[in-house]
Amino acid sequence: MIQFFFRRFLHIFPAFIGVTLLTFSLIHLIPGDAVELRAGERGIDPARHAAMKAEMGLDKPLYVQYFRYIGNVLKGDLGKSFVTKKPVMEEFLTLFPATLELSFCAMIFAVVIGVPAGIIAGVKRGTVFDHTVMGASLTGYSMPIFWWGLLMILFFSVHLGWTPVSGRISALFWIDVDTGFMLIDAFRSNEPGAFKSALSHLILPAIVLGTIPLAVFARMTRSSMLEVLKEDYVRTAKAKGLSPTRVIMVHALRNAMIPVITVIGLQTGVLLAGAILTETIFAWPGVGKWILESINRRDYPSIQGGILIIATLIIFVNLGVDLLYGIINPRIRYTS
Amino acid sequence: MSETSVATRAALAPPHPLKEFWKYFSENRGAVIGLYFIIFAILTAVFADVLAPHSPFDQYREALLQPPVWMDGGSTQFILGTDDVGRDIMSRLIHGARLSLFVGVIVVTLSLAVGIILGVTAGYFGGIYEILIMRLMDIILALPSLLLALAIVAILGPSLQNAILAIAIVVLPHYVRLTRASVIGEKNKDYVTASRVCGSGPFRMMFSVLLPNCMAPLIVQATLGFSTAILDAAALGFLGMGAQPPTPEWGAMLANALQFIQRAWWVVTFPGLAILLTVLAFNLAGDGLRDALDPKMKR
Repeated sequence: MIQFFFRRFLHIFPAFIGVTLLTFSLIHLIPGDAVELRAGERGIDPARHAAMKAEMGLDKPLYVQYFRYIGNVLKGDLGKSFVTKKPVMEEFLTLFPATLELSFCAMIFAVVIGVPAGIIAGVKRGTVFDHTVMGASLTGYSMPIFWWGLLMILFFSVHLGWTPVSGRISALFWIDVDTGFMLIDAFRSNEPGAFKSALSHLILPAIVLGTIPLAVFARMTRSSMLEVLKEDYVRTAKAKGLSPTRVIMVHALRNAMIPVITVIGLQTGVLLAGAILTETIFAWPGVGKWILESINRRDYPSIQGGILIIATLIIFVNLGVDLLYGIINPRIRYTS
Repeated sequence: MSETSVATRAALAPPHPLKEFWKYFSENRGAVIGLYFIIFAILTAVFADVLAPHSPFDQYREALLQPPVWMDGGSTQFILGTDDVGRDIMSRLIHGARLSLFVGVIVVTLSLAVGIILGVTAGYFGGIYEILIMRLMDIILALPSLLLALAIVAILGPSLQNAILAIAIVVLPHYVRLTRASVIGEKNKDYVTASRVCGSGPFRMMFSVLLPNCMAPLIVQATLGFSTAILDAAALGFLGMGAQPPTPEWGAMLANALQFIQRAWWVVTFPGLAILLTVLAFNLAGDGLRDALDPKMKR
C-alpha cells in the first residue's frame, strides 16, 4: 500500500515540471519581452531597457532563468502583477475562496442530484424515467453554460425577480472577511438577512456551474450501475432472497460507485474552467474572472501564476483521486 | 442444383459493411435525429448566401432591437428580430452555422491528423519517444481545456484563427491516447506479424496495416470532437477571445447580450439555442456511432 502511494506520488513530478515549463515559456513566447510589455506604449530608452532586463534577470541564459523561476515558485513567489503591483500569490489567495465556495456548492448540487438520478435510471432501465434522465443529461452535457447562465438570469432574476443578478452578497451588508467563504462569514456575522442574501446570490451560479458535472455524473452512474447489475454476485445476492433495496443499495451500489468517484474527481478541472465562464456572467469575484481580466489587461505574471496554481491544484486533486481509488479498489493497488 | 448453391452463398454472404452499419445505427432514434440535424446544419451553412434574407452585417437603423415576428411590433422582414444595431438575427445565425461547422471541421481535421501520427508512432516505436509524447499529452490533459485554450490565445492574440489552433491543441491528447491504445492492442496480433514477415516497412505497417483497424474509436471521438470544438469556440467567442465582432459567430453574438437581457430576450435566446442544438446533434450522432461501431454491442 505504501509502495503504491509512493509510486503514484512520484508521478506528479513530471507533470509539475511540464506545467512550470509551460507557464515559464508563456512569457517568452509572447512578442516583445517583459520589459517592453511593462513599459507599454510609452516605449523605453535602450539603457534603461538593459538595466531593467538585468534587474529582472532576463539577460541570463534561459535555463538559468528557468531554475530561478522554479526556485521562486517553490518558495511561493509568483512575481508581481503588472497592474496592481501586488504579489500574484496574494491576489490569488484573496480571490480563491470565492471560487472554492462556488465550485464546492456546484459539486454538491451535481452529486446530490446526478448520482441518485443515475442510480434510479440504471435500476429502472428502459422506463420513462430512464429516458427522461438520459435525455436531460445529454442536453446538459451539450449545454453552452454561458448561455445557460444567461437564460437562468433571464428567467429567475429578470422574469420572476427571485434572485439577484450578480455579486456575492447585497451591497446593504458589510460582512467582515473572516474565512473568505461568504456563506460562513455571513452566517457568523449575525446580521439579519445576510445569510439569506449570500445564499440567493450563490444559488444560480452554483446551478449553472454544476450543470455539466451533473449530466456527467448521471450518465456515468447509470452505466456503472447497469454494468454491476449484470454481475454474478448481484444474482447471487438476489438468489439468497435479499430484498431488492438491499441488493441495490449494498451489493450493487458500493461497486458501482468506484468509477463514479474517479469521474467526480476528474470533474474538478472542468469546474475550475467552467468557473471562468460562470464568474464572468454573474460578476462573481473569483479567480476565473480574475484570470480572464488579466488576459484582457495583458498582465502576464498574473496569467502565468493563475494558470500554474490551478494546474498544480488539479494535479494534486488527480493524485488524491488515484490514491482514493487505490484504497477503495484493492485490485488497482497490486497491479500496474 | 448449381442455382441453389449460388442462392445459399448469396444468403450466407455477410451484408455490405455500410448496410450493416446503418442497421445498427438506425436502431438508435436519437442518433438518426442527430444525423438529420447535422445534414440540415451543413445545408444551411452551404447555402447561407441564398437562405439568409439579409446580409449578416447590414444594420437597419430604423429597426433596432425589433422583436421576432410573432410578437407585438415584430415584422416578417426580420423573422427572429434584430439586435442592438439593427442586424437581422436570423441571417446572422445562418451565417454563424457556416463558421461553427468550419471551426469543427478544421479543429477535428487538425487534431485528428496530428493525433493519429503521434499516436501511431508512439504505439509502434515505443521506448523513450513514446514516454515523451505521452507525458506531454498528460500535461496538456492536466489543464482544464478552456484554461489552456485561453492561455494559448493570450500568447497568440484573440482571433478566430488562434482560437481554432488553441482548441486543436487542447483536444489533441484524446486522439493520441486513443490511437496509441488501439495500436498497442493490435500490434501483437497474427495479421500484423504476418505482414511483418512479408517484409512490410515501418511506414506501411503503421499506416496501412495497423491504422485501418484502429479507426472505429477514432471516428466516434472525431464526431464527439465536433461538439467540443463548436462549444469551446463559442465559449472563447463569448469571452471575447475568439471570433471578433462583427463576425456573426454564435458565441460572439452572446458576448454583450447580458445588457439587453431585460429588454430583448430574443438577442439572448436564439444564438445559444443554435449552439445547443448543433452540439446536441453531434453528441447524439456520436453516441449512436459508438454503439454501432462497438463490436461488443453487436449481436
